[in-house]
Amino acid sequence: MSGKTLLSLIVVLPFLGSFLAALLPVYARNTAAALSGMLALAGLAILAFFYPAVTGGGMVRVDIAWAPDIGLDLILRLDGLSWIFAFLILGIGALVVLYARYYMSPEDPVPRFFSFLLAFMGAMLGLVLSGNLVQLAFFWELTSLFSFLLIGYWHHNQSARDGARMALIITGTGGVCLLLGFLIIGRVAGSYDIDVIRTQADAIRSSGYYLPALLLVLAGAFTKSAQFPFHFWLPHAMAAPTPVSSYLHSATMVKAGIFVLMLLWPVLAGTEEWYLIVVTTGLATMVFGAWSAIFQQDLKGLLAYSTISHLGIITLLLGLGSPLGAVAAIFHTINHATFKASLFMAAGIIDHETGTRDLRKLSGLYRFMPITATLAMVAAAAMAGVPLMNGFLSKEMFLAEALADHQGTIIDETLPYLATLASAFSVLYSLRFIHQSFFGPPPRDLPHEPHEAPPWMRLPIEILVLACLLAGIAPNLTIAPFLANAAQSVLGARLPHYSLAIWHGFTLPLAMSLIALGCGILGYLLFRDRLNAVKRSPVVGRLQGRRAFERVLAAIMDGGVALQRWLGTKRLQMQLRILLGMVLLLGALPFLRFGYSPGTQQLTPVDPVFALIWIVGGACAVGAAVTAKYHRLAALVLLGGAGIATCISFLWLSAPDLAVTQLLVEIVTTVLLLLGLRWLPMRRPELWSGSRPLRVNLRRATDLGVALAAGVGMALLSYAVMTREAPAGISRFFVEQAYPGGGGTNVVNVILVDFRGFDTLGEITVLAIVGLTVFSLLRRFRPARESVRTPVQQRRQNAYDEAQADRSLGDTLADYLLVPRIIMEWMFPAIIVFGIFLLLRGHDLPGGGFAAGITFSIAIIIQYMASGTRAVETRLSVLPLRWVGFGLLIALATGAGAMLLGRPFLTSWFSYLDLPLIGKTPAASALLFDIGVCGVVVGSTVLTLIALAHQSIRTPRTETEES
Amino acid sequence: MEIILSLAIGIITASGVWLLFRPRTFQLAIGLSLLSYAINLFILAMGRLKMDAPPVVDKVAEANPAAFADPVPQALVLTAIVISFATTALLLVLLLAARGLTGTDHVDGTEKTP
Repeated sequence: MSGKTLLSLIVVLPFLGSFLAALLPVYARNTAAALSGMLALAGLAILAFFYPAVTGGGMVRVDIAWAPDIGLDLILRLDGLSWIFAFLILGIGALVVLYARYYMSPEDPVPRFFSFLLAFMGAMLGLVLSGNLVQLAFFWELTSLFSFLLIGYWHHNQSARDGARMALIITGTGGVCLLLGFLIIGRVAGSYDIDVIRTQADAIRSSGYYLPALLLVLAGAFTKSAQFPFHFWLPHAMAAPTPVSSYLHSATMVKAGIFVLMLLWPVLAGTEEWYLIVVTTGLATMVFGAWSAIFQQDLKGLLAYSTISHLGIITLLLGLGSPLGAVAAIFHTINHATFKASLFMAAGIIDHETGTRDLRKLSGLYRFMPITATLAMVAAAAMAGVPLMNGFLSKEMFLAEALADHQGTIIDETLPYLATLASAFSVLYSLRFIHQSFFGPPPRDLPHEPHEAPPWMRLPIEILVLACLLAGIAPNLTIAPFLANAAQSVLGARLPHYSLAIWHGFTLPLAMSLIALGCGILGYLLFRDRLNAVKRSPVVGRLQGRRAFERVLAAIMDGGVALQRWLGTKRLQMQLRILLGMVLLLGALPFLRFGYSPGTQQLTPVDPVFALIWIVGGACAVGAAVTAKYHRLAALVLLGGAGIATCISFLWLSAPDLAVTQLLVEIVTTVLLLLGLRWLPMRRPELWSGSRPLRVNLRRATDLGVALAAGVGMALLSYAVMTREAPAGISRFFVEQAYPGGGGTNVVNVILVDFRGFDTLGEITVLAIVGLTVFSLLRRFRPARESVRTPVQQRRQNAYDEAQADRSLGDTLADYLLVPRIIMEWMFPAIIVFGIFLLLRGHDLPGGGFAAGITFSIAIIIQYMASGTRAVETRLSVLPLRWVGFGLLIALATGAGAMLLGRPFLTSWFSYLDLPLIGKTPAASALLFDIGVCGVVVGSTVLTLIALAHQSIRTPRTETEES
Repeated sequence: MEIILSLAIGIITASGVWLLFRPRTFQLAIGLSLLSYAINLFILAMGRLKMDAPPVVDKVAEANPAAFADPVPQALVLTAIVISFATTALLLVLLLAARGLTGTDHVDGTEKTP
């Protein structure tokens, strides 16, 4: 397998697995977990395979042409930085899968959980491996989407739904900003390719578009990485199952923003704007998060705010713009991912085994779960930055950087103090987490009797804690090479010298660390009981991001409603007036600008008969318009008149296919509308008494004006076109190729079933949908009360039958139209034969599947008209749904048949067959397709007509029920 | 002929558009049917008028496109006829269902008293 495919597999496999997991039955917990775990491990194996290629600043790159014309290619690039991120995503992902297997209850639809998790994993991997900014933004939005699904996994929970929605809206909005920022960068750099953009760094930084691009990109990164003031979605996302929190809020989702900042660090960082915005935000987030974490009573809430604080540290480090800061940021990202994932898992175990996450209720759990307690203690120590832990190393680097002078602003001055303060807070809340839950008297009133978690559930935590320790004790043997690769891929030639030693001598950072440690412990000892009584973080507790968010959301919705009320209308007439008015205006614009003139082509001589036809046809159209309100039957007849004139015009203008189809459709439409007339209301008197009010007259005059303008416009437009020479179009090809290429002499039919067969396939699908819609609409049809009674004529007939002694009910109805009925019944075979004739000749002569289908429908509907619904259905079962289904299947199968033979979908085939008795017959696969078309037309037409016809036999029942 | 066909298209369009603005559902259905006639004729007219042209091509001789009526508008119109039939059917059923549900045949589903 080539390296190219292998690298793509990293991204593709999780999505594939997600699809497979979604198909598993709901109880297949083990299968889904095994599938997910294997895929994560497979990804890790591939990643390991590529490791030698990314060492020492190396890079693996795969370009797949996507839309090269607009400079967009799908690029997968794996360098040191994306390698370490991918490693975290897959490694922690594998551990989370194992953990989730034991955490998730068998009552939940667990395969769905794994399906979302895998899809999220794929999106994250796609994000970190993207070599193209647009592609990155795409995966970015995917992570928002799948995190929404994961956070809202327990969707029966109001808080889960709210948290998921909030996360989606905040990160989704950020995603839009990010994309806009990327587009600006892409425009300035002339490419979306990250490697090209990095070479254009100076041009971008000095460009006038730098600031808007920076602000937009930062808006995206800050929302995703929960930076103040966009942090508030993260604590609410804690409504997710704990494996999700442990995955999303340690190694993946929130690190996506950090990743983008690192990726674009060489391009955007180092300016004053960058420094001011990023450092200030990071600083505020760090202090705010750490301070708030102290006052949380919920275990996961504490971890959530601690995550915010640590993300603030990383942002701050990146904001400093110094190479050492970037190294420290990468290092802290890795460390934070390991200890935070394990802490979330430990919190999940506590929740799982005791039934509560409330720190005030928890106490003395050490005696019940010593192993978990020990693991949590080590991880918390790493979080607090205790020596010999990985957290200590990166915190030392952070403190050292905080001391260094950067831009000489007030921020530089205060940075060391604030850094120490945040570290002290960090110690305090870590200590509180551990001491409150594991030490002290045994707990009382817990929902469950606590006990140790199963070994397999602890294994992921053990691995992560071991990693924390190894990286903390022997950094140069473990983490150093990976960090060096990642740092080099970001910094390139600017890679500074740094040391990961545990002992640097008595330095100022060490002193700061010790002060923080001391202050933290002291603070906990002093305030520990008072902290349990706090309901809201002091000072900053009033900063309720959630409330502001909801207010903004409500304002947007209210604004939308108000806007709709102001600008929109629910009245159809008004909508149509606006629509047609706009169309008229737009149609007139080019003529107002360029003038109107008829063409110079010589006119065809006027045939008086044609003129006469259209005098009648036009009169019919106008008559239909006038009578449609009060004389519906008359309007219907007049509509038919206009239809016939149209039909004759088709014939006249050498379009026999159209004439045939139009005539047949005309018949069916008329029958259909006649069937519908029965259910329309009686004539109602004018709404106003006396003469029409002026307002109404005015409105009608306007409508008439618009209608006349539309008519005149269409007439002028058609005249102008018809008097000009036709441009050379595609028609020439169709006419020339109809027989040699399509095997038919009827060009129109060959276009429909062969050249443009795909359009026809779409069209019959629409037809099938209409049929089904009509069917389902009429199944629940309830006629208006006044239309429910049996029609007058039928009532009279029935009354007559009942009055005569020698007649039984229904006799008159049966005698009625006796002669026409018998003729119509005998017509059935004749019409069917005619339909088959139209179908078979369609390819070479006027006719075809549409016309044949309509003909069959007419044959059937005539039977209904002649004998009545009940009488027909005792003898004839049409099963229109099967006609529709088989028709579509035949058409599809014909198209797919071509694919089996290695040709594109719907390629037609034709030759001549020598049939006994009939002789040489053309046989084209297009005929099969036409049969499919015919089937759908028959099915949906008959479905509609029968559904309407059935209403009248359903009604008497409702009448008796209601009377 | 061009003049007659243009006038025909204009008259049918005007009648159809007038009906579109009317308040009763049946008027709307008739109006849309009329409009579809006008549009179909219009599309056909876009291929220019040709009378007494053969309906099918010859199997042996090479087809001369100039001798035939433009097949593309015809194919389009054929599709349009069928689709407009389908939409008319749907509209009819919809208006019947709306009438049954709302008790009125006003296009807005409510009767507005002036």
